[in-house]
Formats: sequence, C-alpha cells, structure tokens
Amino acid sequence: MNSDALVTIAGLRKSYGPLQVLNDISLEVRRGEVVCILGPSGSGKSTLLRCINHLETFDSGLLEVDGQFVGYRREGMRLHERSRKDVARQRSRVGMVFQRFNLFPHLTVLENVCLGPLIVRKVKQKAAEDRARELLDRVGLAGRVDFYPAQLSGGQQQRVAIARALALDPMLMLFDEPTSALDTELVAEVLSVMRELADSGMTMIVVTHEIKFARDVADRIVFMDEGKVIEQGPPAEILSAPKEERTRSFLAHIG
Amino acid sequence: MTSNSKNIPLDEAAFKATNSEIMPFLGNPSELEVVKRLKLGRWVVAFALLWLSFLLVQALIGNPNIDYGIIGQYVFDRRIILGLGNTLMLTVLLMALAIMLGIILAVMRLSKNPVSKVMASIYVWIMRSVPVLVQMIIWFNLALVFDRISIGIPGTEPALFSWDTNEVMTPFVAAVLGLGLAEAAYVAEIVRGGLMGVDRGQTEAAHAIGMSAWQTFRRVVMPQAWRLIVPPVGNEFISMFKTTSLASVVGMTELLGASQTISASNYRILELLVVASLWYIICTTIFSLLQFLLERRLGKGYNQHSSGWLGQALTFLKHRASIRFQEKAL
Repeated sequence: MNSDALVTIAGLRKSYGPLQVLNDISLEVRRGEVVCILGPSGSGKSTLLRCINHLETFDSGLLEVDGQFVGYRREGMRLHERSRKDVARQRSRVGMVFQRFNLFPHLTVLENVCLGPLIVRKVKQKAAEDRARELLDRVGLAGRVDFYPAQLSGGQQQRVAIARALALDPMLMLFDEPTSALDTELVAEVLSVMRELADSGMTMIVVTHEIKFARDVADRIVFMDEGKVIEQGPPAEILSAPKEERTRSFLAHIG
Repeated sequence: MTSNSKNIPLDEAAFKATNSEIMPFLGNPSELEVVKRLKLGRWVVAFALLWLSFLLVQALIGNPNIDYGIIGQYVFDRRIILGLGNTLMLTVLLMALAIMLGIILAVMRLSKNPVSKVMASIYVWIMRSVPVLVQMIIWFNLALVFDRISIGIPGTEPALFSWDTNEVMTPFVAAVLGLGLAEAAYVAEIVRGGLMGVDRGQTEAAHAIGMSAWQTFRRVVMPQAWRLIVPPVGNEFISMFKTTSLASVVGMTELLGASQTISASNYRILELLVVASLWYIICTTIFSLLQFLLERRLGKGYNQHSSGWLGQALTFLKHRASIRFQEKAL
C-alpha cells in the first residue's frame, strides 16, 4: 500500500436493508491531493464521505485515515467499535463542511469557530480567539466576527463553516455538496475559498456538482453510481473522454 | 344561455333597479366618498355584553353580604403573606424538581437504550394518568406502606440513615413530591419536543468537530432546545403556581390554606377567597411578564426574524459596537 496515502478505502460495503448504498468501494487519497466525487443523487457519494469521519457506520471493509481505522479498532479480521471518546478525538482531525452549513445558530461567528478548539482541544480562550480571527480573515469575514449566522448570507455562512472546520487544524477536509444549498451568485465566493485551501496543500475530498471547479481544482475525479466507483482519473480524462457510458450520460445531463 | 334562462330575468331586474338610480356622473371623482354600512348586529352584541357586565358588577358591589373592608384588611395580613411565601417556595421547588427530572426522562425517552426508553414512557404514562391530588395524598400517607425511610448498603445492618416516615413526610414534602413528580412527566414531554426540534445537522456538525455526546448535548443541542422549551415550561410554571392550592388539602398552609385558616375563625369565607385570588392574579401577571422578557432574551441569534423592538434594538447596538471596534482596530 502506498505510504503516501492519507485515506485508504477498500472493499467498503454498506446497505440499508436490501438497498446496497456502498457496494465494494475502493479508493485511495494521497496527502495533499484534491479529489472530487461526482455522480447522480443516490449514488452513495455522500454516504461514502460521511463514513470517512464515522457519521455513518458501514457493514464491512477497510477504511483508514492516516493509518487508523476511523471509529473501529482492528483485531485480526474483526473491527471493534471504538469508545465514543476515541471516535470524537479521531473526528476532530478530519474537517467536515455540510451542504446546509449547520452553523450553531445560538453562537456568534467567532464563537462558532472557537467552540471546537475550546472544548475539544482545551485551547486557552485568547489563543482560540486569535486563531479564529485569523481564519475568519482568511475566508474574508474579518468584519463579521460578532454576527450571528442568521444575519449572514448563505455564502458567508458556508465560509464560516469552513473556518470552523479549519480551526481544529485537520489533516483532511471533507466537503459534502458545499455549494448545493447556495444561490448561484454566492457559489463563487465559497469555491474561491476552497480553491485557496486546495492551493495551500490541504488534502480534500469534495462531493460536488460543480464541474468547472472539479476541472480546475481537482487532481482526480471519481465518478460514482449505484454505490460503486465507475471510473476515476485526472479531470481532463474523465470530463473530456470518459470511458464509461454512465459517466458520459451523467456529464451530458449536467453539463 | 337557454339552460340558465330562468335565473337571468331576476339578475337583470336587480341590475336594472340599482342602475336606474345612477345618473350620469359629472362631479369631481376624487370627492366621491365611501359611507360605511351601519353594523347593527355588532352594536346589539356590544350593548348586551356591557349591560350584563354592569348587572354583575352591581350585584357584587351592592351586595350587603360582601364586606369589602375585610378584603383590604387581610390582603397584607401576616398569615396571608406567609402563605403566599409558602406557595412561591413550593412552586419553585417543585418546578426545579420537575425540570431536572423532566430533562432526564426526555433524554431517556430519546435514547437508543430500549429499557430506559420503555421505563421513561411508563413513568410518563402513569404520572399523567393519576390525578395530582390523588398522588399528593398518596405521598402524604406513605407511612401506611413504609413506616421508616432508610438509606444503607443493601445486605448490611443497620442502615446508615433512618427516619420515621411520618416525620419526613410533612405536608410541604408531600406537596413537592406529589406535584413535582407528576409535573416532571409533563415537562419531559415538553423537553422531548424541544430536543427533537433541534435540527439533526447540529448534532452532526458538533460531532464532526470532535465534540463528545455530552458536550454536544450541553453546548449545542440544549441551548437551542431551551428556546423551544421555555415558553411552554413558563406556562406550566404559571399553571403549577395555581395548582399548589391543592396542597391545602393535605394541610399545608400555603396561600389558600392560610386564607381558609383565617376564615375558619372569622367566617368571612368569600372575602378571604377574594384575598387569595388577588394574590394569585398579581403573581400570575408578574410571572407572565417575566416569561415574556425571558423569551426575548432567548431569541439571541434569531433576532433577525423577530419584530420585537427590544431584540432589534439590541441587535442594532451590537452591530454598532462591533463596527466601531473594527474601525478602531484598523
């Protein structure tokens, strides 16, 4: 196995009753790589992403981040569920950005970003705030620190959500359709923050419908359908000359 | 046309009748005014209501059997004020008990553990099915079943602590337990609703930044659930404040009990009931106001959608302050 790999997934399966949501998924993501997952809705791409930080459980298979199973401890051929405390610690090293932002509405922007470091990492108040201001500045929201989420536009909220995830210095960032809930004119501001993040060398897995972003930013595109990885490769190859019929018809619909 | 022919002559007649009154209009159209119809029914109803009220007030004020001097004399009577104090203390204690237990019950009902789920449901079912007055009398008579209350290590003798049940189970304790334990069931349902009202994404987001289940509950879910829980629990508080009058049945001298003690010696039963009622009205009004203010405060972060002048003013001042702060920083 490639020692460069940050995320290693092999033979991952999950089903809800008779419905196979993830059907023998294998995928590797190297450090610093940006991978975009494309696919029709219901193809299992969000479920896969949520498995990576154990927001979803899976039935069988291998899923390691930084050489560790997330949410499980392997003994022989068995995976034992880890304690909730261990899971929490593991999760704090993987940042997640949700489609619907999920900012904490009762906290200000600054408090949203500080909460993780303060509570999970026990960072001092002053240090946490300084770092949060720095991150909010980076996502272009230095002037909004004392606002509540409801007072911000969707694009601004999503940028706060990115800052909140970054506050824990994650080694991997997961994006679950980060622009799907946004008005079209707000999509660009979020994508530009993500682009900047990718340029800074962050390892990212992005579930998205933004073909242009995928083409410009991704190192690799993974196309999924019906719980399977149909094909993967560099953007130019997948987007311009897909080998599989299903990829072709999907791109024809979305493009 | 032909199928409707029977109706048409009528409509035409009506149309012509009104139309024939209209002369070609030559004046200034902007001077045309609308004259409202006299709503006779409204006036009749309003007058009837006012008349009935007048009769009622007249019957009360002019009644030789009510001595209004007595009411004024007893409103600030020491025993009444002490009774009011007991009522307030009872309400606060039983609501504190009910809220703490209610939160635990709500969490149990929402937990994935089937046993705690079922146990909490059974508790809520029984407590909501037995009248609180009956529950209170049961607690008061606990000594009939358990003559001593003991705390010890099971299997060892003697117990570490032991009390005579009759000494412990005073009317006050019976009232706190009888009303508080039953009220917990109602609060549990309110809290459960509040917890379910918080978006699942909030829990996921908290988990995603590595917060534990307890941290998520305390720092993310509960503060948001409060906003949904406080208004109905406030109503429960106000309602319980009045329900405490039942405690007079087990001999507690709360507000009603105190007024009955006095009327037992001076026979001014109605006057003293009015005295008690006045205090119930005063306190209920104050509580309603406090509840209103508390709800305002809990609107923090949601003010954008509220049209309350206070919330808006606060939000506005906050923005001003933060903008000034940033200008300074620059």
